[in-house]
Amino acid sequence: MPDKSVPIETQPARVPAQANSAFYNDPRFRAFIYQGLLVVGVVALFWWLASNAQQNLAAQNKQTGFAFLDQPAGFGISFSLIPFDRASSYLQVYFVGILNTLLVASIGIVLATMLGFVIGIARLSSNFLIRQFAAIYVETIRNMPLLLQLLFWYFLMLNALPAVRNAITLPFGIALHQRGLNLPALVPDDRFIFLAVAIVVAVIAGLVFRRWSLKQIENTGRRRPVWLPMLAIIIVPIFLVYFISGTRIAFDFPELRGFNFRGGFTAPPELTALVLGLVVYTAAFIAEIVRAGIQSVSHGQTEAASALGLKEGDRLRLVIVPQAMRVIIPPLTSQYLNLTKNSSLGAAIGFPELVNVYVGTALNQSGRAIEIIGMAMLVYLTFSLTTSIVMNWYNSRVALVER
Amino acid sequence: MSKKFLTIALSAALGLTATAVQAQTLDDVKARGHVLCGVTEGVPGFSNPDQNNNWVGLEVDYCRALGAAVFDDPDAVRYVPLTSAARFESLGNGNVDVLSRTTTWTMTRDTDLGLSFVGTMFYDGQGFVVRNADGITSAAELDGAAVCVESGTTTELNLADYAAANGLEIDTVVFVTRSEVVQAYLDGRCDAYTTDSSAIAAERTEFPDPSAHTILPEIISKEPLGPVVRAGDPQWFNIARWTYFALLNAEELGVTQANVDDMLGSENPEIRRLLGVEGDFGGPIGLTADWAYRIIKHIGNYGEAYDRHVGPSTPLALARGLNALWTDGGIQYAPPIR
Repeated sequence: MPDKSVPIETQPARVPAQANSAFYNDPRFRAFIYQGLLVVGVVALFWWLASNAQQNLAAQNKQTGFAFLDQPAGFGISFSLIPFDRASSYLQVYFVGILNTLLVASIGIVLATMLGFVIGIARLSSNFLIRQFAAIYVETIRNMPLLLQLLFWYFLMLNALPAVRNAITLPFGIALHQRGLNLPALVPDDRFIFLAVAIVVAVIAGLVFRRWSLKQIENTGRRRPVWLPMLAIIIVPIFLVYFISGTRIAFDFPELRGFNFRGGFTAPPELTALVLGLVVYTAAFIAEIVRAGIQSVSHGQTEAASALGLKEGDRLRLVIVPQAMRVIIPPLTSQYLNLTKNSSLGAAIGFPELVNVYVGTALNQSGRAIEIIGMAMLVYLTFSLTTSIVMNWYNSRVALVER
Repeated sequence: MSKKFLTIALSAALGLTATAVQAQTLDDVKARGHVLCGVTEGVPGFSNPDQNNNWVGLEVDYCRALGAAVFDDPDAVRYVPLTSAARFESLGNGNVDVLSRTTTWTMTRDTDLGLSFVGTMFYDGQGFVVRNADGITSAAELDGAAVCVESGTTTELNLADYAAANGLEIDTVVFVTRSEVVQAYLDGRCDAYTTDSSAIAAERTEFPDPSAHTILPEIISKEPLGPVVRAGDPQWFNIARWTYFALLNAEELGVTQANVDDMLGSENPEIRRLLGVEGDFGGPIGLTADWAYRIIKHIGNYGEAYDRHVGPSTPLALARGLNALWTDGGIQYAPPIR
């Protein structure tokens, strides 16, 4: 509704300074001075801390600087996404830590969101058993410290799963035992790049098609197939490229040799326990956020949707959830940030994430405390800010459009 | 006026910094009334709480010797258990006055971390313990094995070196605290557990079934374990170093806790100098002339401490070996007091 009323004057009328009052009695001048003093104070504090640290380090005869990053680290890391051995540099240790942290955070965020939404919706279920189960889950999990839960999952995994020689084996060399889960690994050849590019292009094309056809449905109101053509757009080019390029996909199967399984990809129990612990814990909080979001949508919306003849699933998907999202997204972002930062507790169960390998081992072996902790903080800050930016962008998309 | 105030404030701040760093550790210790000693989280024989929750062990006896030398009271010591990962920062920050916790003397640590190693209380080497059921008899058979190790230790580095030198593929599983490492090994996460062989012998006494585990014959490194102090305080360094030498010299001269009072009347000039009957050797390091007498009176000599905590009659049953005095075929050797 356009507002026809006269716009309200928001700027207070300027009061001319009285002739006999000094300039330092001007509130604007005072505000300027106070803020200036605060800035100077903060800068001076940090300058003082920095010079203090420098002086103390020099007095303790400690070396400082980033030259150590090129030095060989000299220790081994049990789980790394990039090649790493004892001759690798401290900088590579840093990257191994960052990648492992990213791995845990990204898997954790996806799984925790899925589990959290399921539990959150279950808490509102009309089924007594499901509702009570979800309530017990939330109240139990979120009221225990995460560190305790991680240790629980880890030592449960070590004690409940069979030893390596009695591993539970499945076809293709898949094996589950107390030292982790072994999976076959893909070994790409030179031409594999064509296939990889084809997959990316095909998936993007499929998504563009889906968007376009959904828009068509919305505009014309006529139903038309979406999923089958989309699948065809994705799959057909992939197969074509696979056969034309002549790439050969080989697998490296894990095999029990000596003490342990070798070859393939090994997910160590530390990784599994860390992801499991973070997902279970964070999902309990996400569940409450989802429940709150759904309950914030007034019941009249459900009734209106029913009156329009929407099915139960469509009611949730098209009417309730989009309105709930604007309540859910901001606290959900906090949970994502929490999960990323909590992944540093992996140090307690021996998973080589950033804090364990870099702030732990690398700091100890090199003695560069300030440099290393600063670099680690920078990583978490970057991760968190990036997550925030993405979620804020999404939030502005789902935010209530006020007209 | 405000400019003057700023100058005073700045110089006060900087002056404060300077005193904080260059404070004499001995003065701090005396003012506090006790020595702060960084120890392990519990390694039997070296530093471990007994049934009455008193810290005991060879390395604890060294801290007690410091307390005796400064205060004539071996109990004037407070113990701070530290993880391997936290120990050097704790010492550097002044949370402890001395670190006596199975710390290996290496060049980097001695020169690059603002620390000074006092001496070698215990000559050790890195070993492995494995389960009998695996049927391993040599570390060379560890190819493909998962090995549990403590974070931030020389053992972590030695393991990587040994694996590279012998072409072994070893899966290193790292934990921060020793209890976690041991628990993970016992729970089957690793095929072997590696650390200083004395510590392995000590830990094995606390395994549920010690006889089901074998210590492999290979010693893959030199691990000279000794007390550490902050660099830049020569007086405290000298006190720490000569406390260790006093323990050795007392054993060499046959002065024990039992006979130390009789020895005060000895005609042997070396003994007379050690016990402060002749000359004042405590003065230059800020202590009394009878500083070494106090140590021996309360603690005994090095050999007595060794036998009490890690020797053949203890559960650890470690032979003196390299840790015997040079006169008995070992390499423990102290410069003379004169």
